[in-house]
Amino acid sequence: MTSVSIRDLTLKFGSLEVLKSLNLDIDEGEFLVLLGPSGCGKSTLLNCIAGLLDISDGQIFIGGNNVTWSEPSERGIGMVFQSYALYPQMSVEGNLAFGLKNARMPKDEIEKRIARAAEVLQIEPLLKRKPAQLSGGQRQRVAIGRALVRDVDVFLFDEPLSNLDAKLRAELRVEIKRLHHRLKNTMIYVTHDQIEALTLADRIAIMRNGIIQQLDTPHEIYNRPVNLYVAGFMGSPGMNFIEGELSHHSEAALNFSSTKVPLGRYPFASDDRPGKAIFGIRPEHVSCGAAASDEPFSIDVEIEVVEPMGADTLVWAVLDGREFRFRVDGQSELRAGQTTRIGFDPAKASIFDAQTELRL
Amino acid sequence: MTTIPAPAATQRPIRLFRNKAAKIAAIPMILTALVVFMGGTIWTVVFSFTKSRLLPKAQFIGLDQYERLWSSSKWGIAIENMVIYGLCSLVFSLIIGFVLAALLDQKIRFENTFRTIMLYPFALSFIVTGLVWQWILNPDFGIQKVVRATGWESFSFDPLNNQEIVIYGILIAGLWQGTGLIMCLMLAGLRGIDEDIWKASRVDGIPAWKTYLFIVIPMMRPVFVTTLVIIASGIVRLYDLVVAQTSGGPGIASEVPAKYVYDAMFLSQNLGQGFAGSTMMLLAVLIVLIPWAYMEFGGRKRG
Amino acid sequence: MADVITRDTAAAAMTAGRMEGPRGAKPKRSISPRNVFIYGTLLLVSIYYLLPLYVMIVTSLKGMPEIRLGNIFAPPVEITFEPWVKAWATACTGLNCDGLSRGFWNSVQITVPSVILSIAIASVNGYALANWRFKGADVFFTILIFGAFIPYQVMLYPIVILLRELGIYGTLWGLILVHTIFGMPILTLLFRNYFTTVPEELFKAARVDGAGFWGIYFKIMLPMSLPIFVVAMIIQITGIWNDFLFGVVYTKPDVYPMTVQLNNIVNSVQGVKEYNVNMAATIITGLVPLFIYFVSGKLFVRGIAAGAVKG
Repeated sequence: MTSVSIRDLTLKFGSLEVLKSLNLDIDEGEFLVLLGPSGCGKSTLLNCIAGLLDISDGQIFIGGNNVTWSEPSERGIGMVFQSYALYPQMSVEGNLAFGLKNARMPKDEIEKRIARAAEVLQIEPLLKRKPAQLSGGQRQRVAIGRALVRDVDVFLFDEPLSNLDAKLRAELRVEIKRLHHRLKNTMIYVTHDQIEALTLADRIAIMRNGIIQQLDTPHEIYNRPVNLYVAGFMGSPGMNFIEGELSHHSEAALNFSSTKVPLGRYPFASDDRPGKAIFGIRPEHVSCGAAASDEPFSIDVEIEVVEPMGADTLVWAVLDGREFRFRVDGQSELRAGQTTRIGFDPAKASIFDAQTELRL
Repeated sequence: MTTIPAPAATQRPIRLFRNKAAKIAAIPMILTALVVFMGGTIWTVVFSFTKSRLLPKAQFIGLDQYERLWSSSKWGIAIENMVIYGLCSLVFSLIIGFVLAALLDQKIRFENTFRTIMLYPFALSFIVTGLVWQWILNPDFGIQKVVRATGWESFSFDPLNNQEIVIYGILIAGLWQGTGLIMCLMLAGLRGIDEDIWKASRVDGIPAWKTYLFIVIPMMRPVFVTTLVIIASGIVRLYDLVVAQTSGGPGIASEVPAKYVYDAMFLSQNLGQGFAGSTMMLLAVLIVLIPWAYMEFGGRKRG
Repeated sequence: MADVITRDTAAAAMTAGRMEGPRGAKPKRSISPRNVFIYGTLLLVSIYYLLPLYVMIVTSLKGMPEIRLGNIFAPPVEITFEPWVKAWATACTGLNCDGLSRGFWNSVQITVPSVILSIAIASVNGYALANWRFKGADVFFTILIFGAFIPYQVMLYPIVILLRELGIYGTLWGLILVHTIFGMPILTLLFRNYFTTVPEELFKAARVDGAGFWGIYFKIMLPMSLPIFVVAMIIQITGIWNDFLFGVVYTKPDVYPMTVQLNNIVNSVQGVKEYNVNMAATIITGLVPLFIYFVSGKLFVRGIAAGAVKG
C-alpha cells in the first residue's frame, strides 16, 4: 500500500523552479533515500513533504489523506534534522514531550511514550540532561526519539548523520537500519552520502536540479545507471568514461584512438545506435595482471600514480591516451611508471549516448 | 493523535490568511512604517509648500517658504555650521577612531580598560556632554584660567564665546562623546580581518603601516561605509549638544539646522519655516543615503 | 605565542623607565620603542577621555568660594556634598524649586514603560520577520529601516498632530509612544538579525511538534535569546534616558524628563550661577547610563555594534 504519494509537485522561488512537476510514490514500510549533491532539491522536497514549505503546485498524500495544505504537525510525520535541532533550554525529557504537550495529550500517556522511546533508543539515563550536556551521537538519538514519541507512520530524515564524525556515523547508520527493521515505518531519508544511501535504502531516488533522475534499488542504480549523470555520481572513485565511436560490423564495438572494445557481450537496453557514445566501466570491475587475460577484453596501460588506501589500492593509469582508474588489492606491488595489463568484461560496463547521455 | 483534517485542507488556503499570527504581530511595525515614517514625512514635505504659521494651513504658496529660508541669515549660518561640523567630525572621528582601534588591536594588555575609558562618554547624553564641556571651556574658570594661572597671561582659549570658532568648541565635545563608538566599530572591523593576512604580510616583509594602508583599510571598506553613514546621520541630528553648550549663541553663531527647525516650529510659531527646514534636512540625508543604499543593496541584487 | 609576548611586553611597558630592558639577541620584547609609543598614546588619550568626568566630580564636591579661587583640575580642599543635595532637592527651574528629583522620577516613569513596550513590540516584529516571512514584510521593514535615517525633525510635527488626535499630547504616555515608535527600527533590526541566526531547523522542529507563532516565540525563541534582550534593554534605557528632543517637544514642564530639567537648571539665566550645583546635577543625570554602561560591559559594546549591523 502506498504511504506517501506526491503528484506533480512544483515549487518555485520567484521565477526559479526548484522542483519540477515531481511524482513519487513511497510504499508503506519502505526506506527511501533521496540522494544528490547539494542544491539538487532533495532537502527542499523533504521540507515540502513535511509541510515546512508551501508548494506552488501539485498534491501531497500521506497515509491516503491529502495533506497538501495541512500544518506540519497534522500530517502524521516525524522529522529528524541534521543539526539535531534540540530545544537547548529544555531537558531531553522536555524535548521529547514538547510536541505531545502541544497536542494536549494526557500526562500519563506522554510519560508512557517517552519511556518507550527512551527504551528503544537506550537514552533512559539521559532524560534529565540538557542537550548541551550530550555528545553528538546522543543528541541525534534524542532527535530521533522526538520523532519516535509522536507515534507517526512516516519518518523524515534530513541528513541526520552529516554532523557526526565518520566512526559515529557508521554506528548510527546501523542503528537507524535496526530501528527501521524493528518499527517498520515508512522512512524518507535525505543524504548526499552514497554509502548511507546504498546501505540503508530499499530504493534510492537520485535527484538533480529538482528532477528525479533514477528511482530504483541500490543494486540497479549502482550497476545499471540510467544516464551519464547517475553513473558519474554513484561510486567513489567514479566510473571511468571513455568517449568513442560505435561501430556495428559483425558485432558492436567502441572505437577510440587505436583501440577497439568489443561490445558483443553488452546487453543493450535500447535500439538506438548513435555514432558517438560514452563507455563507462567502474574501477572495481577491472582486473589486473594475470587475471586480466581471462577477461573478454584486455589491454596494456601505463601506470602514472598509485594510491594505496589500505584494503585496496587505486591506480591511475593511461589507457591509449585516456586517463583510466582501476582498483587492485591492497597487497599489490604495482609501481608508477610500470606498464601492466588490465582487462574487464564489457557486460559489466555502461554505455551512454554521447548526445542525450542516456543509457544504451 | 494524527487526526488529519477533512478535505478542506486540499483547497489552497487564501493567501491573506496564511501566516495570520505573524501578520497581526507585524501591525505595529506596518503602522509605524506607513503612518509615522512615510505618512509623517510626506505630510511635512507637502506642508512645507503652505503658508502655515501657528497652525498647519493647507494654503499653498509654492516655494515661498524655501525662498525665505535660504534668504534667512540664521539658516545660512546653521548650514555653514553643519558643513564645518560635519566635515571635521567626519574626518577626525574616522582618523582618530581608526588609529585608536589600530592601537588597541596590537594585542595589548588592559585592552578592556582602555576601551571602557574611551567608550564611556558615548553612554552619556548630549546634554550632559554639552554641560561638562561648557564648564571646562568656561573662560573664567576653565582651561583658559588654568593656563593663565601658570604665568602665560595672554593665553586665550574661549571658543564658546567667540563667534568665529564657537562651532569648533562644540566639535570638541562632539568628538569626545562620539569617537569611542567609531573606535569600537573599527576595532570590530579589524578583528574581522583574517589573521592570516597579517601572517602573510609579515612573511612578505611588508611594514605594518603599509599593511594597514594598502591591505587592511581597503578590506574594511564596508565598515568604513557603515561608520560614515552613522556619523553622517548624527551630524544632521546635531541639536541637544548645541542647546546645552551654547543655546545657539553667541548671538546666532552656533545655530544648526535641527535647532532652526525646532525654534521655528515650537518657539516662533512659524511652522512653514520649520517644515521647509526639515525638508531640506531630509534632502541632505537622502543625498548621502541613496547612493549608499544603492551601493549596498542595489548592487547586490544584480550581482 | 603572541599572547606570551604581549603579556611580558605589557607588563614591562607599565613599569617602563623603572626597569632595565633585557639585553640580548632577542628582539621585540619589553620596552621596545613601539610599546612605549602604544601605551604612551593610549594613556594620554585615556586622560583626555577621563578628564571631563574628573572635573565634573571634583567641581561638584567643592564649595563656590573654592571654585572661584581655585583651579578646576585641582581636587577639592574641603569636600562638601551640599551641591549634590541642592541639585537633587532644591535647585530651581523657573518656578519649581524641587530640584532634579522631579525630573528623575519623570524619567523613570517614561523609561520603564517605554523600554518594556518597545522591546516587546520589536522582538515580536523581528521574530515575525526572521522566521515567518510573509509577502510584503520586507517592504515594510525597508521603510522602517529607512525611517531610522530620516531626521526626527521631519516627523516632529505630524506626531504632535497624531498625539493630539489620540489625546495624549503632553502626557507621559505620549512620550512613551514616541519612544516606542522611534526605538522600533533599531530594535527590530537587532531582533531580526538575532533570530535569523537561530538555526532554522530548530524552528522547523517546533513546527513539526505543533507549536504555532506564539508557542514558538514564548517557549523556544524567548528562553534562547535572553542576552539579546539584555542588549536591547541597554540600548533603550540609555537612549531613552538620554533623550532630550522628544522630551522637550512632547511633554509639558511638570512631566519633563531629567535631561530637559537638567538643561533648564544649568542654563537658566536667573540668579547667580552655582557651578558646583550644576556639575552635581549633571553627574546625577549621567549616573543611570553610566551605571548601565559599567555594569553591562561587553554587552554594551555589542549593543552599539548592533546599531552598525547591516540589515
